[in-house]
Amino acid sequence: MDIHLAKIEPALEEREAVNSVLGAPESGWSGGERRIDLEGHCAFGGHRSQAQRHLLLPVLHAIQSRLGWITPGALNYTCQRLDLPPAEAYAVASFYGLFSLTPRPRRVLHICDDIACMTRGAEELCGRVEQRLGPPSTDTLDGKATWYRSPCLGLCERAPAALISFAGERPCEGVFAPADPNRIIAALQAEGRDAARESPDRFDVKASVPQAGQPGLTLLKRAGRIDAESIDDYRAQGGFETLRRAFSLGRSWVVREVSASGLVGRGGAAFPTGKKWDPANRPVYLVCNADESEPGTFKDRVVMEADPFSVIEAMTIAGYATGCERGYLYLRGEYPLAGERLAHAVTMARQRGFLGDDILGQGVRFDVEIRRGAGAYICGEETALFNSIEGYRGEPRNKPPFPTQFGLFGKPTVVNNVETLINVLLIVEKGGERFATMGTSGSTGPKLFSVSGHVARPGVYEVPFGATLRQLIELAGGVSGSGRLQAVLLGGAAGTFVSPGELDTPLTFEGTRAIGAVLGSGAVVLFDDTVDLRKVLLRIAAFFRDESCGQCVPCRVGTVRQEELLQRLARGRPIGSTEEELNLLKEIAQAMRDASICGLGQTASSAVESALRRWRLFPPGA
Amino acid sequence: MDQRDQKDPWLSHQPRPPVIPTPRGPVPVPPTFPPRRQLSLTVNGRKVSVAEGTTLLEALRGIGIDTPTLCYLETLTPVNVCRICVVEVEGSRTLVPACSRKVEEGMVVKTDTERVRLSRRLVVEFLASSVDVSTSPQIQAYMNRYGARPQRFGPASPPAGHRDAARAGYHEATDGSRAATVGQPVKKDNELYYRDYGKCILCYKCVEACGTDAQNTFAIAVAGHGFEARISTEHAIPLPESACVYCGNCIGVCPTGALMFASEYEMRQSGTWDESRQTQTDTICPYCGVGCTTTLHVQDGKIVKVTSPLDKDVTRGHLCVKGRFGWQFVQIRDPGSERR
Repeated sequence: MDIHLAKIEPALEEREAVNSVLGAPESGWSGGERRIDLEGHCAFGGHRSQAQRHLLLPVLHAIQSRLGWITPGALNYTCQRLDLPPAEAYAVASFYGLFSLTPRPRRVLHICDDIACMTRGAEELCGRVEQRLGPPSTDTLDGKATWYRSPCLGLCERAPAALISFAGERPCEGVFAPADPNRIIAALQAEGRDAARESPDRFDVKASVPQAGQPGLTLLKRAGRIDAESIDDYRAQGGFETLRRAFSLGRSWVVREVSASGLVGRGGAAFPTGKKWDPANRPVYLVCNADESEPGTFKDRVVMEADPFSVIEAMTIAGYATGCERGYLYLRGEYPLAGERLAHAVTMARQRGFLGDDILGQGVRFDVEIRRGAGAYICGEETALFNSIEGYRGEPRNKPPFPTQFGLFGKPTVVNNVETLINVLLIVEKGGERFATMGTSGSTGPKLFSVSGHVARPGVYEVPFGATLRQLIELAGGVSGSGRLQAVLLGGAAGTFVSPGELDTPLTFEGTRAIGAVLGSGAVVLFDDTVDLRKVLLRIAAFFRDESCGQCVPCRVGTVRQEELLQRLARGRPIGSTEEELNLLKEIAQAMRDASICGLGQTASSAVESALRRWRLFPPGA
Repeated sequence: MDQRDQKDPWLSHQPRPPVIPTPRGPVPVPPTFPPRRQLSLTVNGRKVSVAEGTTLLEALRGIGIDTPTLCYLETLTPVNVCRICVVEVEGSRTLVPACSRKVEEGMVVKTDTERVRLSRRLVVEFLASSVDVSTSPQIQAYMNRYGARPQRFGPASPPAGHRDAARAGYHEATDGSRAATVGQPVKKDNELYYRDYGKCILCYKCVEACGTDAQNTFAIAVAGHGFEARISTEHAIPLPESACVYCGNCIGVCPTGALMFASEYEMRQSGTWDESRQTQTDTICPYCGVGCTTTLHVQDGKIVKVTSPLDKDVTRGHLCVKGRFGWQFVQIRDPGSERR
């Protein structure tokens, strides 16, 4: 490709950052030493460079974590290496929230002010941080640091949450939850870069999985019982035995049992896994969707942090059963610990022959590559996720064609959520029919719920399908805060509100549908009666405005108009009357639901509408 | 010396037989395509039959149902982002974009239901409330057709100067009293055309024309995220520093006048632009042997802009910098006087 590069010589640091992913350049045509004897008159690279476009996102991560921002020199050099037009590389880099395209201090603090953290003092935390560091998005601590308000960081069980990242030669990241302003500012100031990594809040299984160690758990049975960084520990607890069993019973047995189990996707859409695994589709890639970004959802993070090997084992079984030889795990960018532990798990599994060209000497070939997102909620949408892995902007594709026909790199692809995959371990162990006896006839198996907000013991809970919302809340110690429940948000920002009168609803797909709600990803956020639900709705509306990818008109502008309209209502300054505004809101919602490309726009008004159906938050004439 | 040399036609005056190269191995047979299957569908209760591979939009236009489009153009790959062409298909949870959805056997399509009209009206209202559509007669016609009232969202907010530096996943707090717009200062960084992105509806057409659908220059792309998404060069650098080759194919496909010939823009500014006084004349570009058709737009005896018809096979509406912008010499009546 005849690309037009800027005449910028990359600095050594920029070159090193890019080369850390792509390796040293092969020839003068891609930024290396020019060798006249070899390449006097012919160009190398070309298609081979362009075929590496899928490495664009990892390269951008390397630049960001080394230099603190995506410098023009580094981006230009990346384009030279990948034979990529600079405008396209810029377009991709500017799509992601974690990247900065303008100079930015190397220390960045993100404080979550989303719905779950709101109930646990996020506003107060932001206020106190602002007192010490100045307003968000401005340089502070003598230009060494900056801070931002952030959408949900997926640490809701230990709210309020903060994430600190240090860029540099030894980049590091760490989380603080529950975050104390003094501690996070001290960590931001610390010269030893490991202050963030050594945060005592890194991992606390008791806080994340209150049920840890209890008998009768299936998906969470190893949480807290094993060292998540030891493959020997995992094997001592029966790890990789399921993989052996799958091999001994054969591919078609596994697929048949998964179909018979009635397992449906746990990411939110509840699509039957057996249908996705249909061998007639001849899938090429297996993708594990670990881009868990739904506000109030953190179950996948906890699974990956507490039991990372089980995710790798489940992916291997899925790859074997569907005939895929290559697996990608797309991990949310804000999950540093899960990323570390999974990367370690993959390395160990490769060393011990559980991944590679000849798994367990059975001639099965499968390997996993971990790809890290960069702060875009939309990349949890499966086709946006494919585009993101391929090195394009994470914009969803129109469906059909569906991933089973046209997925990653244009090939048939199986894409499953983390929780869905670990259920497969259970199915292989027990058989599909026994799995189907758990739960209800319409929703089989166990389910993980992320319980947060005004609840005594927030965390991830495993219950069989069929338990009611009331039982789940009791399991989590009951309502905290004022003790008087006002509302529960099921399924996160794209979910629905339910009222205290609906607590006896069974938490199943059919049970929630019956009351006009959705189960979604299994997020359960509780709000006591001191919470102003209008503020929660405004936060959700702002969230969708920020996270809309901007591709299609109904979602790009609809989310903006929805937020503006709710702001007018909340301030009691409607255009015309409140009834007119509420009607307009309904029209906006219907257009977004009907005409948007993907699930983000289609559900962007779901929580707002469900709240307005249940409560008169904006009384007419007010 | 072999036989052939002795039979040199110059020596023997015998006509030399033509040399037909024969490939080694089996001679490839041209592929035969099975005849395209006919699919039947029902549109608004009427049975229609179309060839397999036809899109819904083509099928609808084939039977005279006028379907609105903004981001669709015959010569570009459908991106289905404007969502104004949506129709109702039985069995589909949401509406489907007609421009990219292929017809399937037995589809039942409705094009004029309340649901379809509502989405189309809202799409037009969303655009007209956030973008300056004053130079887009197409959108204004759709506004009338669907009864759009963009003022329902409140008065427009003033232009912002910082859209090129917007951070993904962040927006400034709003009190809702004004409707956010994409208004911003006009970009004029070259002599040939203006970029007024306050009029941009983000239909992706210019990006496609600059990329693999026509020019393969890749000077521009959609950058940013959400409402702050925008057409941009790398780091928003001016066009002369970018890869732009000034083919002007982006201007040719722009539906809203966000990209505009400098000649047209300046005449509009001075109030002398008057399409009723203009004539359009098709001719062939005089520069090279490709033979692109160019349409000269002439007002008061002067060429004011050059376009190219989409339905001509040579370049299907696309031109190069010479055909698009290199017509000033026509106006020079006395070359000697210009040279002085």
